[in-house]
Amino acid sequence: MEKVNIIGAGLAGLSAACSLAENHIPSRLISVQPSERAQSVLAAGGINGALNTMGENDCTENHMEDTLRAGVYIADPEAVRGMTKAAPGIISDMHRIGVPFNLKDGKIVQRNFGGQKKKRTAYAKSSTGKMLMTALIDEARKHEMNGLIERYAHHELSGLLIQSTESGKRECVGVTVADTYSHTQQSFAGKTILAFGGMNGLFPGITTGTTANSGEAAAIAFSAGIRFSNLEMIQYHPTTIGIAGKRCLISEAARGEGGRLFVMREGKPWYYMEEKYPELGNLMPRDVVSRESWFVLHDPTCGDQVYLDMSSLSKEVWKDRLPDLREEVMHYLGIDPAKKPVPVDPAIHYFMGGIDVDICHRTNIAGLYAAGECCSQYHGANRLGGNSTLGAIYGGRVAARDLAETLMTLKEEHEDTENSEPEGNAADEKPGAEAVLSIGGILKESLGIVRDGEEMENGLEKLKKLELKASQSEKRRLYLAEAILLSALYRKESRGAHYRRDYPGKNDAFRGLVTAEMTEDGIQIGNMAAGEQ
Amino acid sequence: MEYRLEIWRQENSDSPGRFQTILYQTGDERETVATALTNINNTPGMQDINGNPVGEIGWECSCLQKKCGACAVVINGTPGLACDSFLRNYIRKKTIKLAPLSKFPLIRDLWVDRSILRQDLKELGLTAAGDFAFTDRNNDTAFEASKCLQCGCCLEVCPNYVPGGKFFGAAGYVPETKFLTALSSEEAKRLKPAYMTHIYGGCGKSLACKDICPAGIDIDRLLSRSNAVAVWGRKK
Ligand SMILES: Cc1cc2nc3c(=O)[nH]c(=O)nc-3n(C[C@H](O)[C@H](O)[C@H](O)COP(=O)(O)OP(=O)(O)OC[C@H]3O[C@@H](n4cnc5c(N)ncnc54)[C@H](O)[C@@H]3O)c2cc1C
Repeated sequence: MEKVNIIGAGLAGLSAACSLAENHIPSRLISVQPSERAQSVLAAGGINGALNTMGENDCTENHMEDTLRAGVYIADPEAVRGMTKAAPGIISDMHRIGVPFNLKDGKIVQRNFGGQKKKRTAYAKSSTGKMLMTALIDEARKHEMNGLIERYAHHELSGLLIQSTESGKRECVGVTVADTYSHTQQSFAGKTILAFGGMNGLFPGITTGTTANSGEAAAIAFSAGIRFSNLEMIQYHPTTIGIAGKRCLISEAARGEGGRLFVMREGKPWYYMEEKYPELGNLMPRDVVSRESWFVLHDPTCGDQVYLDMSSLSKEVWKDRLPDLREEVMHYLGIDPAKKPVPVDPAIHYFMGGIDVDICHRTNIAGLYAAGECCSQYHGANRLGGNSTLGAIYGGRVAARDLAETLMTLKEEHEDTENSEPEGNAADEKPGAEAVLSIGGILKESLGIVRDGEEMENGLEKLKKLELKASQSEKRRLYLAEAILLSALYRKESRGAHYRRDYPGKNDAFRGLVTAEMTEDGIQIGNMAAGEQ
Repeated sequence: MEYRLEIWRQENSDSPGRFQTILYQTGDERETVATALTNINNTPGMQDINGNPVGEIGWECSCLQKKCGACAVVINGTPGLACDSFLRNYIRKKTIKLAPLSKFPLIRDLWVDRSILRQDLKELGLTAAGDFAFTDRNNDTAFEASKCLQCGCCLEVCPNYVPGGKFFGAAGYVPETKFLTALSSEEAKRLKPAYMTHIYGGCGKSLACKDICPAGIDIDRLLSRSNAVAVWGRKK
């Protein structure tokens, strides 16, 4: 049987590969670094699922409602229903394959997380992502040993092989990858699942993610004509600390366990979240918390630093639930969070938008799927903490399941292809450091927590100027960057993570996806209802 | 503050290598060896102390917060993660000598190929036929064992680990402890022969690996747990 190509070996890629293997479908698991280095290992706080182990009458419908509400109703409800329904099963599968979740009396315990009234987040201290990854790597090893998963763990995506059929349908027939050790290129035929994670590298040095998620794969995909959606939806996490070269996350679990945000006002700490949002307080969804932090920081009566006060957390919490978080803060800041408030700032943390997929994780190109953070599906305008590890594992499974069905029913009904030479997107040199940093600087300026049309237009103009002296790969990166700004300009409203000073209200004319697609006539921006693909 | 970085440069495994000395300035005391390498690579025209071009230094990195193990290198003779090594810790000496891990094939400069680690775990047979069963007793051990970054620092200091040899070192027995302590006794028995060959038979108990683990894993405790189950057939 023809092998499936999977680009990316984080939670989404591993989950897809294992699901395919369970259906006896072989795959190539291709990633620029081995799984141990994927951004998924950083996930700290946990994974959501209505296990209802905490005696709070939780159910999957509640999880679905919370997810849709936090995403401000632009995610496809049917897709979200599928994910939230599958969540308890996914958590118990993960437990079974080796994730040592925190337990009480043998049952998985769950903690509070932002935007959810019930304790619904299962966790392994504050290293949940690492535990999930280790277990999935172990599971994948089983299939590597029986030949169903073949690893290419130092291979970078360099192109997608896309053919047009006689009827004008575009189809992905394979990928080209570059071996980072030998600099040789290889082509692999087959259907493909993209699982290359978020576009952190478009914002070098200022996200909580990894440098390996360089944004290159997304730029290649965009230039190859794959439709993206909601690119403007970029999540700022309210609590990060500045360490050398990046922003380091203080997990939402810190607030889930009782941490409180404050700013100094008239000589006294002001717990602004608690005062403004008495019900959920510090655990409002991240878009709200980050924006409120931005507002207090721009309020002349307030001090110029927000702090996270974790001094009320009990010894047991520090020992059993957040030991790794405490160690990290002490290591990098020299502050013991159990004793002293920690200065924190909002920073870019997650990309809700990405490759546009339908409910089965198919892209607009036949034979090509996307799952995990690189795709746009469950999180709408704002993601709930604990939903992306879930979305990555679930998305990988859904894509694999659909592919399995397709491959099994495929009855040689292939149309003849028009051109035998696939119009690939061959690799050339990488974008230079200078271009990467300039593009990043422009995006950072224009895509803050609070945005406005004029600033974004300015950013767009600066990007266009860079095109003049850009190499091919720099141009691809510029097109993707421009598409983000064009999407943000197109959405003339404020919703979730996208807050515009010039359009501060929500406008339901935009209750849907903003799409971006590269065509022969340049970047096309449009809109579409979620679930309409 | 100015640091003298002596960085191993080598085009590929067949070419000759040498240390190249670069003077690196920084006023930011949060900076680490990883920051210095990033900044040097982001400064295309950089020259060494003899006026020669530096060019792009080959090294691996990803998370920059000591959770992924990518950036393991040998710093002044001791293996560690570049992102975990503050420049300020070398303030007295001001010289920082960076070399690649020596027990893996070299790709370029500070960058090595650690794929053997994945192979070793296969040879140990680390797969589960049945389900893991976690209890209050074994949960913490499994957590500790699952923290392994597969960075290779423990192997660098191990007197018994030689490339291509039978002994797989802590990078093997640390992950294995989860399998031994949380799977059924039958599965532990299945794992025993490979364990005897690749772990127990080769470990000289020098425990050089004990204090080197960048993830802070209690290697000592895990070794005695895995020995207890695999070798002595004790209950988990
Ligand atoms: C600090 C931090 C904490 C988080 N905490 C949580 C949490 O508690 N709960 C939660 O639900 N979510 C959390 N998240 C988010 C969540 O971890 C991620 O969204 C999720 O793990 C993404 O998984 P993924 O498989 O899509 O991508 P990734 O894990 O990012 O994997 C991407 C893969 O693609 C490969 N790749 C990248 N570029 C290329 C290329 N050009 N060519 C080939 N391969 C490539 C990489 O090597 C990697 O294997 C957190 C994120 C961060 C950064």
